[in-house]
Formats: sequence, structure tokens, C-alpha cells
Amino acid sequence: MMAQIQKDNDRLDLAPKKFNMWIFIFTSFMFFAALTSGFIVYSGGKGHGLNVIMPNAFLYSTIIIVLSSGTLFLASKASKTLQFAKQRLFLWLTFALGLAFFAMQLYAMYVLAYKMQIHFVDDNASRSFVYVFAGMHLVHIIAAILLLLNTLWGSYRNIPQVRNLFKMEMTSIFWHFLGIIWIYLYVFLLLNQN
Amino acid sequence: MSTLAVHDHGVAHHDDHGHEHHHNQSFLSKYVFSMDHKMIAKQFLITGITMAVIAMILSILFRIQLAYPDKTFPLLTTLLGRFAPNGRISADFYLSLVTIHGTIMVFFVLTAGLSGTFANLLIPLQVGARDMASPFMNMLSYWFFFLASVIMLSSFLVQKGPASGGWTIYPPLSALPKAMPGSGEGMTLWLISMVLFVASSLMGGINYVSTVLNMRTKGMDLWKMPLTIWALFLTAILGILAFPVLVAGVVLLIFDRSFGTSFYLSDIVLNGVQQPFEGGSPILFQHLFWFLGHPEVYIVIMPAMGISSEVMSVNSRKPIFGYHAMVYSLIGITVLSFIVWGHHMFVTGMNPFLGGVFMITTLIIAVPSAVKTFNWLATLWRGNIRFTPAMLFAIGMVSFFISGGLTGIFLGNAALDVNLHDTYFVVAHFHLVMGSAAIFGMLAGVYHWFPKMFGKMMDEKLGYLHFWLTFIGAYLVFFPMHFMGLDGVPRRYYAFTEFVSMQRWLTVNTFITWAAIMAACAQVAFLYNFISSIFIGKKATQNPWESNTLEWTTPVEHLHGNWPGEIPTVYRWPYDYSKPGAEEDYIPQTVPFSQTMSSNLPHDFEDNPKGLEELNKFNSTLKANEQVK
Repeated sequence: MMAQIQKDNDRLDLAPKKFNMWIFIFTSFMFFAALTSGFIVYSGGKGHGLNVIMPNAFLYSTIIIVLSSGTLFLASKASKTLQFAKQRLFLWLTFALGLAFFAMQLYAMYVLAYKMQIHFVDDNASRSFVYVFAGMHLVHIIAAILLLLNTLWGSYRNIPQVRNLFKMEMTSIFWHFLGIIWIYLYVFLLLNQN
Repeated sequence: MSTLAVHDHGVAHHDDHGHEHHHNQSFLSKYVFSMDHKMIAKQFLITGITMAVIAMILSILFRIQLAYPDKTFPLLTTLLGRFAPNGRISADFYLSLVTIHGTIMVFFVLTAGLSGTFANLLIPLQVGARDMASPFMNMLSYWFFFLASVIMLSSFLVQKGPASGGWTIYPPLSALPKAMPGSGEGMTLWLISMVLFVASSLMGGINYVSTVLNMRTKGMDLWKMPLTIWALFLTAILGILAFPVLVAGVVLLIFDRSFGTSFYLSDIVLNGVQQPFEGGSPILFQHLFWFLGHPEVYIVIMPAMGISSEVMSVNSRKPIFGYHAMVYSLIGITVLSFIVWGHHMFVTGMNPFLGGVFMITTLIIAVPSAVKTFNWLATLWRGNIRFTPAMLFAIGMVSFFISGGLTGIFLGNAALDVNLHDTYFVVAHFHLVMGSAAIFGMLAGVYHWFPKMFGKMMDEKLGYLHFWLTFIGAYLVFFPMHFMGLDGVPRRYYAFTEFVSMQRWLTVNTFITWAAIMAACAQVAFLYNFISSIFIGKKATQNPWESNTLEWTTPVEHLHGNWPGEIPTVYRWPYDYSKPGAEEDYIPQTVPFSQTMSSNLPHDFEDNPKGLEELNKFNSTLKANEQVK
């Protein structure tokens, strides 16, 4: 009996590592919460409103990132039913959508800066905050894309299914979280754009 | 060992270790890029001690300036070169000294050195795990910390010297590279170092929380965890929630510094030239900084509290008084620490109503703090006290916590703060309550767990010498500062002999400096003791303090995986000291109740009706036997 319990104790346990990812998400959330709180303190205290109508590109990128969450979910589902070709296909799709999101965000910033003349360096730092939100989120997106590629690479190397599922889950947690954070930031900007 | 779900190298990790496989570890993987939490703990400790010694030397340097502002010491020029021209420390370098002293002590010694050492050492050992949730991340955490330390110290090598705007790096001094010499490359290096430091702290903290929540051995429910683990666990949560906010503040600061934005800058005139920055709010930085900064002081003190609780219980040979109250007060402090940051900003033009709110939340922290103090004293009361060096340092920690905590009630008051802010009263307050107290907690931990870390005992006599000189020295240094502060002497001033009203404090400053030098010399006793004991200390037994916690069930010789066989199962809380009816005055957590029938109490079986039944049966048999006699 004891021996059996002990075996359970010592078994391969990826749960704590997955838990690490959840805690990391907390830290990341606190980071964005701090930035948005900073925005509120700044614009409230100084009376500097944003007064910028958000470019449509932000809406398109929001749609793209929601779609990418969908394709990643399908990849997860495929990996659970051992359909590895399908898993890879959806992973590649997610990857492509991730790049598209990245490009669309850059385009949105281009529109802000060149079409609308809303610059990063501005006496009204509320406007600088828009770039900080999107930029810091993109830094996270780079990390997420690397994680995604790592999962993809693992799936081509035929790693054991436990590891495959583990990698899929780690990627999914992070990716969906970044989608949610972007929606949060976008809604926050929409609510504060006047 | 026969049960592996998968034989994949990265994953099967835990299984191979701790069994009779002898790994041929290279020097590099054993001592340098080690993934063993015990080795990482030692790395943190030794780096932390090194940083502490450096910070101490910095403090002696600026103490010399404060005591003898008009004298020249040619030796200083020899040692410091351009930083001390004509035998006197320059005003700019003085500011660098206090800034880097504060930064190193708060972050590198009392955050990384304290949490890093004891969370790494104790969490796996006391909850019964083979290692951390992610040993690799743990290793990264140390090396990021090491790199951060090197970069911080390297700022002494740049032309204009290290950062000098104070450890709180308020803009505009930190945001304008041309504001003062220390705002240049020194400040840049400070920022780079701190970003690495935060990354290190977060990686460590994530691991600590995950390990405590996921990897406890069988039987180790949350209410059977030693108070050290509770304290380190809650400290890690504080770090996880607070440090990202500092990063956010620092990111905006970097944009202001290097990209020309004006988050924090407005209406700046530099050398007679109007700067282009407009519309920024320096108060915003203070909000972001202190939202981290206040939890940070609890990140510093809570591990010391946990360590002291454990050490005092073991050496009083008594259960800790009010275990549950101890845990709840730690939780209370954790929660409250996030809603008090405004008390650092009472005089920034804050709305008085808001100041009142922050004042009330601040003063409420006195409640859990007082609960803890009361419980420590009650633990000592009528204990069978063993005055080991660790015990003395733990008691010293309580002493400093009380005497420094009392002045916190003055400073937390928004009205009194108008007078007291930025005076030596503040310096006295925090050096006692979080400086000395946390250092004493850390030293208590070092003396207590040295046998676990190095398998050797430290010398007791040197320990006593170290304790008494440091304890008396710290009070002699910081107590007079209260009176200076009440008289309105401001902190961070280079030479206040320039001000007539403050000249009379010069004699006190001279006294403080000599007390500081004495206390610094006492640390030599510690360093000698620490280093020599590693090599020539008496060999430690497995459980030298007759303690209950799990770490003392591991062999003296370290092995990666901690226990050679199975991880022991836990049956009871860690504080069964001097239990009536027991054969010895301690019962380790691994001893089941079935082996201690004579000392069991109905209270031990609260959620265990079957055990209670057995106890009643045993007691009635006992009674029957008595009657027969």
C-alpha cells in the first residue's frame, strides 16, 4: 500500500509546471492592470482625455486574434483525438493568424501616427499610452508565437503524447489569455476614447 | 523504482534522482548551473551576503562623511579616486552611496538574499518535495539575480558614478539623463539591473507558489505547514502581484528617459533651458512605485517573521502560540499591504480625504502585527528556552520589530507626517522595523539552517559575540536618529553643518558613525564563523536542534531529490514540542499518532472519528488498569 502511494508521489507530474503558467498569467495581468490604472490616474488627474477615435485596424486585429483562439482550440481538440496532421494544420493556421495580428497592430499604429497624426511622443501622455498598451501586448505576442512554434516543432519530432498535450495546453493558456488581454485593452481604449 | 509513465529525458527527472543512481555531475552542473534547490539556496545566500557586505561598506563610507564633514581623509582619495577628491567624498558620490546602499539592501539582500535563500532551501524540504516545480526556472532565477548584481555594481565603474536619485528613483531626477551626474549611465545601469532583478524574483516566486500548492507530500495539508512555509508562500504571492506593477512604472520611465515621451515630466527647466516635456505627472510614478514599494517592505519582513516563529518555537521547546492566528495575521498583512501605499505620499498634495483613508488602512496593519508580536512573546513565556545564536537573533528580530513598529504608528498618521516626512525619524523607523528586524530574521535563519545547508555546525561563541555587538550596535546607530528627526533634521543631506539649526547634531552623528563601525566590525566575526565553519566546523548530526519539521529527516549528505527512499508521510502539525505524556520533548511530523498513544489528545482527532474512537478506547483501558492497581 505505502509503496503504491509512494509511486503516485513520484510519478511524472506536469501539473506544477502548468500551474507555473497560470501564475505567470497573473503577473502579466498585473502588468497590464498597472498600465491601465496608470492611464486612469494620469488622464483623471491631469484632465487630459484621449480624444482619439480608434482606427478600424484595431477592430480587425481583434477579430483576427479571436479567430486565432478558435483555430488553436481546434488544434487542441485534434491533438486530444490523436489526429496529428489536423493538429499541425490548425497550429500553422494559428501561427499565420498570429503573424496577421502582429502585422495588423503595426498597421494600426502606422495609421495612428501617419494618417491621424497621433504620435507616441505627445504632450498628452494619454495618447502615448495607446502605443504602450499595443506595444507591450505585442512583446507578449512574440513570446506566444515562439511558444507556438515550439509546440509545432515538438509535434513534428513525434514527442510522446503526454508531452504533446502538455505543450498544447501551455500554449493554449497563454494564447487565449493574450486574446482576452487584447480585448480588455481594446474595450478600455474604446471606453476612454472621448 | 519501476513506475514511469513516460521515459522521456526532461520529464523523468524526478524519478531518477534520490535513488541509488550516482550521477556523474560535472563541476559546472553541480556548483555553477545547478538545478538542485539546495545548491541554488546556497548560491543565493553567498551572493546575498557578498552584496550585504558591499552595502555595509557603502554605509560606513557615507557615515564617515556625516560624522566628519569638514575633515579630510587622504585614504579616501586613494581608494575612491575621482569620487572623493581632496580626501572628502563628493556630494554627488554621497548621494550615489545612499542610493546604492538602499537599493542593494532592500532588493539584493533582503528580497533575493532572504527569500531566495530560504524559500529555495526550505520549501521543498519542509513540504516534502524532491525539488521545485521547475528546477530549470529556478536556476534561471539565480543567474538573472547574479547578472543583476553584477550590473548594479558595475555602475561604480562608469565615469559619472552610480544612480543617485535615491532608491525610489523618482522622476524627474531619474528621467532626465542630464539632471545630475547619477542620472546618466549610472541610472541606465540601475534600470537594466532592476528589470533583470524583477525577472529573477518573478521566476523564483512563481516556482515557490506552485511548489507549495502542488507538491506537498502525503498528509501535508495547508494547516500542517510550518510557519516558515506560510510566510515564504505569502511573500511569493506579494512579489507576484507587486513586481509587475514596478515593471510597468519602469517601462514608462524608460520611455520618458530615452524616447522623449512625457508620462512623468512637465514644466522642466534644466540649466536655464526650458525642456520640451509637457503634461506629465511625477505623482503617477510615485503611485506605481509605491504600489510595489509598500508590499516590498512586507516581502522583506515576512520571511523573517516566518523564520523567527519557527526558530523561537523550536528553541522554546513549546508549540508556537496561536498557530492559526499567526497564519491569519500573515494573510491579513498580505492583503492590507496592497491598500496602504498612499502613506508614502501624504505630502504630495494628496486629497486630505484620501490621505485619511490611507491613514486608516495603514493603522489597521498594527492589528496583525501586534497579534504576531503577542504570539512570539507568549511562545517564549515559560518556555524551556535554549539560547542558541539563532534563538538570540530571532528574539532580537522581535525586539526591533516592536521598537521600529511603534514609530510606524506616528508615521502612518497623515497629520504627523507633515512634520516627520523625509527626516531622520523615517530613517530610524524603517531601519529598525524592516532593516534590522529582517536582517536579524535572516541571520537567525542562517545560524539555524547552517547545519542543513553545509552539514557543519557554526561556532556558538562567535555567534554570541556577533549577536550582542550587532544588537547593541544597531540600537546605538538608529535610536538617536529618532531625536534628530523630531528636531527636523532631513535625510539624504550631504553636510548639514551648513545649517545653523542642525549643527548641534554633529556630535550625535559622530557617535552614530562609531557605533556603526563597531557593528560593522562585529560582522567580521560572522563572516569568519560562516566561512571557516563550512570547512572546519564540527560535523552536524541529522537533527541538531531536535526539531519536528521534515528537512531534518533528510540525510546530512545532500543528494538531489532530498530523500534517499520514499518521501516521508506527514501525520501531525510541526509544533508538537513538550507535549504532555510524550517520551521526548519533540515529536517529528513523520511520527504517526498510533506511535504516541500516551500523548494523544482528543484535539488531535478533530476530523478523524476513527482515531478518536481508538484514543477513547486506549484511555478507558488505561483507566481500567489504574483501577485494577
